[in-house]
Amino acid sequence: MRRVMKLAAGFATAAMLLTACASDDDGTDDPTTGTDGEGASGEDVQVGMAFDVGGRGDRSFNDSAAAGLDRAGEELGVTFQDLSPASDGSNRDELLRELADGGHNPILGIGYAFFEVMDTVADEYPDVQFIRIDGPPSDRENVAVMTFAEEQGSFLMGVAAALKTETGQVGIVGGNEGEVINAFGAGFKQGVEAVDPSIEIEDQRLSPGEEPAGFADPAGARVAAEAMYQRGVDIIYTPAGDSNVGTFQAAAEAGKWAIGTDSDQYETVGDPELQEAILTSMLKRVDSAVFESINTFIEGGDVESTSYDLSDEGVGYSTSGGFIDDITDELDDYKQQIIDGEIEVSRTE
Amino acid sequence: MTRLLGWWRRIAPTLVALGVALAVTAVFILIIGENPIAALVALFDFGETPVAQANSIGVWINRAAPLFLAGLAVSIGFRMGLFNIGVEGQYRIATVVAAGLGAAIVLPAPLHILVITLIAMAAGAAYAAIPAILKVTRGVSEVISTIMLNAIAIGIAAYLIRSPFVDPELGAGENVATTRLPESAHFPGLNELFGVLGLEEPRRPVHGFVVVAIVVGVVVAVILSRSRFGFELRASGLSALAATANGISSRAMVVKAMLFSGALAGLVGLSDLLGSAHRFQPDSFVAGYGFTGIAVALLGRNRPGGIALAALLFAFLDRAGPRLQSEGIPPAAVTIMQGIVVLSVLIVDEVARRRLRRREERRARAQDQATTPVEVAS
Repeated sequence: MRRVMKLAAGFATAAMLLTACASDDDGTDDPTTGTDGEGASGEDVQVGMAFDVGGRGDRSFNDSAAAGLDRAGEELGVTFQDLSPASDGSNRDELLRELADGGHNPILGIGYAFFEVMDTVADEYPDVQFIRIDGPPSDRENVAVMTFAEEQGSFLMGVAAALKTETGQVGIVGGNEGEVINAFGAGFKQGVEAVDPSIEIEDQRLSPGEEPAGFADPAGARVAAEAMYQRGVDIIYTPAGDSNVGTFQAAAEAGKWAIGTDSDQYETVGDPELQEAILTSMLKRVDSAVFESINTFIEGGDVESTSYDLSDEGVGYSTSGGFIDDITDELDDYKQQIIDGEIEVSRTE
Repeated sequence: MTRLLGWWRRIAPTLVALGVALAVTAVFILIIGENPIAALVALFDFGETPVAQANSIGVWINRAAPLFLAGLAVSIGFRMGLFNIGVEGQYRIATVVAAGLGAAIVLPAPLHILVITLIAMAAGAAYAAIPAILKVTRGVSEVISTIMLNAIAIGIAAYLIRSPFVDPELGAGENVATTRLPESAHFPGLNELFGVLGLEEPRRPVHGFVVVAIVVGVVVAVILSRSRFGFELRASGLSALAATANGISSRAMVVKAMLFSGALAGLVGLSDLLGSAHRFQPDSFVAGYGFTGIAVALLGRNRPGGIALAALLFAFLDRAGPRLQSEGIPPAAVTIMQGIVVLSVLIVDEVARRRLRRREERRARAQDQATTPVEVAS
């Protein structure tokens, strides 16, 4: 009995320490208050933002939103507050309510997981404008949903991978099998097939179903990527949030390529060795969506649900590192065809 | 007087530990350059208006109920010397099955909730039966098997939502989820009770399932202290050998304890499911109660009353998370404080136990001068 208790104590402590480490490395980035800029009409506006699990400092999805918020603080002069959820994501609704009670308007929720709680909270605060990034449309009047054509950006990444592969094998290491990541995967595969249908595509997800743990599992991503590289894959597309760094490590070690997602990960990864393995990144301009919706709100307009795609630069690709300079013409050619509707990219396989 | 002293002796280590935890957290907050006093004020800040205060109490209750049930489930294993880490997987499976089957059956209101509750308990117990059977037939350590079954539970749950339980009328762009539970399976909230008690009504649902949790806690306390099963459980935990010598089958006890623990684990997810979620949706499903439950059980010293207090304390700290962030304290501070509380309770306990033992030894020596300590080879 005593031994079991000691074991239990050790386990419980380790588990708590792990969750503390895993979730919030934002100790230095306290919820910031925006600077008083010179913007004329923005100064009375207090913006609230609730991040998804991982919070400010995840170098990917959340940070992209934070960048848009920071820009709104500088250029529009809004004051703002941002909050990160508990590591188990249990208090997303409370974050929204805390922001609403604090007089913030508009309030942004970053990520699919705000899907149901935002509708609930929006009913409780009918005078507050809520804005959600990702997820299905909402029928509430005060909820606007910003979505992205991930499949179009991913299509171009598939084209890039197909043009750059030497072994004829490419791979996907995704966070889970949810709707958003499936769109990433489907677009990538269509892009590869558009260039060369004979290229083999491996597709692996870190978590089954919609389980979100796969977005915070760099070790799992590394193992999955290492195995793929050993089987002859030489380029891996990695839509897996926080886990991406694991894929980059495996790529750097194997001397192969990886393709980042959401942010320009060549710039955000912060490690010169890993930079050399990042061929390009699929950009999902959450920052622009955040900035533009705040701007619309300040100007007194209705913040309307918007779907961003290639035509308005809502999704795109990065050229940092210069590794794809030789194929940008071809990429832009495909991009134009998608914008013109000559190529239709499906969100599902 | 002696009784008061005895009560004080039991409660004092915990109070000391709480003080230590607060002090360590204050140092941590100082290190990151924030004001610990402001943090303390924020911790106890329930909001200015009566509505905000009622809301805060509601959040506190909603968080405490599942933590209490999880701690209770873990403690049953502990009392018997079993380390059931599998509460995490057991409540996930139970919640999915309860959500899926619950949406498929049609029953009048109170009966529907009762049936869903029984389904969840049965599913939790069934999933806990696997490590129990592995342990008694093949001697597999329940620590290893339950950890592995947690990982498998995620896969099984993902399959169940996708195939048999999937909602056929999912909206465009929506991740899969189980069909919504009908009105008859919605557990009535406690919001009106606030009004009866003379408080403002909270503006968010307060899960009524906490009443079930309290009843379950009382029943478990009675079973542990008053029933034959409880006696056999405690006896096996204190000394398996002595229990066997007295005719208690340790194998049967392992199976019974695991099933009991699993059935309680099955209740963990129901507070959210029946109270506000009304369907299983992996993105919004709160995972991790099973692990936090271990800490809650430890802090509550495996006694239902203690576990209730521990769950209230943990929920109290969790509730303050967003408020603290408004004061500039990162959300990890809450997790750190919870971890330090558990650690300091265990350390202070151990120190108190050793001091007590030394005092007993001194007294024994003083009473009987003739006794000389005998060195025993260790």
